[in-house]
Amino acid sequence: MTDLARAPSDKTSWRTGHADRVLPVLVVLLVIVGIWYLAAIGMNAEWVRDQAARADEDLTSGEFLRRTLILDRPVLPAPHQVASGLWDGIFGQKITSKRSLIYHGWITLSATLAGFAIGSLAGVVLAVGIVHNRAMDQSVMPWAVASQTVPILAIAPMVIVVFASAGITGLLPKAIIAAWLSFFPVLVGMVKGLRTPDAMQLDLMRSWNASDRQVFWRLRLPSSLPFLFASLKVAVAAALVGTIVGELPAGASAGLGARLLSGSYYGQTIQIWAALLAAATLAAILVALIGMIQKATLEHMGLAR
Amino acid sequence: MQGAEHPAQPVIQAQGVSLTFQTADGPIHALKDVDLTINQGDFVSFIGPSGCGKTTFLRTIAALENATGGRISVNGQSPDQARRSRAYGYVFQAPGLYPWRSIAGNISLPLEIMGFDKADRRQRIERVLELVDLAGFGGKYPWQLSGGMQQRASIARALAFDADILLMDEPFGALDEIVRDKLNEALLDLWRKTGKTIGFVTHSIPEAVYLSTRIVVMSPRPGRITKIIESPLPRNRPLDIRDSAEFIALAHEVREGLREGHGDD
Amino acid sequence: MKPVSRQEFRREMMPTLLAAPFLILAAAIAPPLFPVVLLWLIAWTLNVAMTSLNLPFARVLTPIIFGATLLLIWELSCRIFAIPSVILPPPSQIGISVLQNAAILWTDFVQTILKGALTGWLMGAVAAVMTAIAIDRSPFLQRGLLPIGNFVAALPIVGIAPILVMWFGFDWQSKAAVVVVMVFFPILVNMVAGLAATDQMQRDQMATWAAPYWQSLWKLRMPAAMPFLFNGLKITSTLALIGAIVAEFFGSPTKGMGFRISTAVGRLDLPLVWAEILVAAIAGTLFYGIVALLEKKVTFWHPSQRNKRA
Repeated sequence: MTDLARAPSDKTSWRTGHADRVLPVLVVLLVIVGIWYLAAIGMNAEWVRDQAARADEDLTSGEFLRRTLILDRPVLPAPHQVASGLWDGIFGQKITSKRSLIYHGWITLSATLAGFAIGSLAGVVLAVGIVHNRAMDQSVMPWAVASQTVPILAIAPMVIVVFASAGITGLLPKAIIAAWLSFFPVLVGMVKGLRTPDAMQLDLMRSWNASDRQVFWRLRLPSSLPFLFASLKVAVAAALVGTIVGELPAGASAGLGARLLSGSYYGQTIQIWAALLAAATLAAILVALIGMIQKATLEHMGLAR
Repeated sequence: MQGAEHPAQPVIQAQGVSLTFQTADGPIHALKDVDLTINQGDFVSFIGPSGCGKTTFLRTIAALENATGGRISVNGQSPDQARRSRAYGYVFQAPGLYPWRSIAGNISLPLEIMGFDKADRRQRIERVLELVDLAGFGGKYPWQLSGGMQQRASIARALAFDADILLMDEPFGALDEIVRDKLNEALLDLWRKTGKTIGFVTHSIPEAVYLSTRIVVMSPRPGRITKIIESPLPRNRPLDIRDSAEFIALAHEVREGLREGHGDD
Repeated sequence: MKPVSRQEFRREMMPTLLAAPFLILAAAIAPPLFPVVLLWLIAWTLNVAMTSLNLPFARVLTPIIFGATLLLIWELSCRIFAIPSVILPPPSQIGISVLQNAAILWTDFVQTILKGALTGWLMGAVAAVMTAIAIDRSPFLQRGLLPIGNFVAALPIVGIAPILVMWFGFDWQSKAAVVVVMVFFPILVNMVAGLAATDQMQRDQMATWAAPYWQSLWKLRMPAAMPFLFNGLKITSTLALIGAIVAEFFGSPTKGMGFRISTAVGRLDLPLVWAEILVAAIAGTLFYGIVALLEKKVTFWHPSQRNKRA
């Protein structure tokens, strides 16, 4: 046997530069796209075969393959179909058009950002209170932790309907769901972060007779920042998911979630996939944005590695 | 007691061993032209400042690194063949015990890998636990024991499969002086009882002098052997031998050797 | 009462004392608020007293008192302000609804939680662990898959629910499929990180024993990966319920929690909706609790579990 448990080639890992990190990702992406094409051919084949049989056509295999990839309502649209759907949705429409993904994306984004801002601010404020007040800590924290195990997101559409029955529609109800979903990760992460300074660091502050306020601004807050940013990333993704799910109830007519739903009603698979990809892109941009702010902040503070 | 009277049998032989790492800042000569023969039953210490290649040399013997030049043989085989025939036990700087296994389970681990049967394993565990004075602690978990006890358990683990060679890389470096003294004494006792060949890396002069039959002084840039000192001390060494004139003279010689090799600093 | 804790009590009561005048002012303007404000002040003072005096059982009692107070305030507010139950039913009414609809709730629980969420979660977890092991020997694949996995784990994956409902039909199979996709990547990413979590020394050690690949995988890297795996399993326990419930909004047979919630909302039977939410909450907590218990059994050796014991 030659497959011995030798240490992997860590010796060279410090040399792995940019190219070495990008190449594997590209290769894996290519493989995924390849599998996607194969799956699209396989899943759409039956439909094409039926069509051909009905029209009494005899298809060459080349023609057969071509047809599986250009269906109007494919079971699984091929990557290039989704891409062109996405392109058309973003650049092919007027921004104000109901068919523009920019329009729907903006509706979703605005509710997401509003909710995210409210939720994270509330989370940070409550975390500060919890760290400084034992009664608050022991009263609220068990519930905050337990609430993370509850599928809150699943009831989002209901919240929308209830608000609608009280006459409140539009951005606010969705923002409330987004806020609710981003609140808990930030609260839990921030409490953890504010508590990272160990006993020695706190004792050192005590030996300098630092006030509670000084301990907070000079020790607790800076050391909590990595935790804060990590939970902000989770929170913004959760806020986006919350908003999209909040757009699912039949009443909503705008937003990426509504786009998903109408696509599924009318069997417009390309529309569903395009909306899905738009949502994914939005999530990626938001998370990356927070990542950039994190990097800049931590570098500025000298905390980055 | 054994070994001393027998004609010296070479176990580890190194001839002109070199090891060069290629880095972005140019090549680093971790080892250059190292010649050394270690005989059956020897206790050889490697001492020198950090970067002198003492750990690298030990790892090269163990086939954890591959020499880029020269020849090494272990029991007449290449280091990699020796590793596969499980010719040596290796003790690292940290105990490296698995927290999810009990002490007995940890000692059992290499035995399981090497395919010893269950009854044999149990008997070996019993025996090595006694050797390192840990009888009765087999059911405990590593995190329930002190650092010294953990390191003893890791030595027991290296002994369990009866390899004739024991390679130890600063095994007591992280322990406090008092525990270290005790473990040094225990190690000597064990060496006398088992007649194993031991390669021992350390950065402590008293430790090297107290334990070894031979002290190899090394020096950095490039990593090389600058002096090999034969110890005149008897194999039987009580702790208070360290107050004897012989011991102090030997320690002085080692210190001088280190200073010579270090002249450029 | 030791002087230290008395001082503590005073310090901890400060925010409450500062807020009290405003609360009382609010009650004076709107007299019906009075019992609510009074209840809150009494309960909070009790909690502050318990925690700052370190009374026995304070750790258990404080959250219970806090939760009970919120429930009471909810109930009181609903009655005092006569909030219509279409907007917010009082807890008592929700409780009655649970009792009345026990059979329906059980059917929905079996359909959504046991068939949809649990099956999907198990399948997704097994698939993720197998994939992690499969790509374990290829650092290239890992470097390629990890960023993508991390990326996908942050995406609004519930969005694929309509597609999968189209593919797999209305019954629980499509829900399980949604759950599989949702839980796969978080578990994969954690498991891959876990398998890589051993340090150089431990791997060198395996090399000195000339351990074959499968031995070092099974005896060293799998156990070392367990804390990571359970982290993934815990995160995804909630995701699984979300996926199973949300997928039902896109089509389902005439049972299931998502189906019931959307139809009950349509009939404005809010107590039933809340009853379903209650069941979902209990199911979620139980699910998480069972996984956490299992984690404690399997990773008893991990520092995070050891500390809890002490």
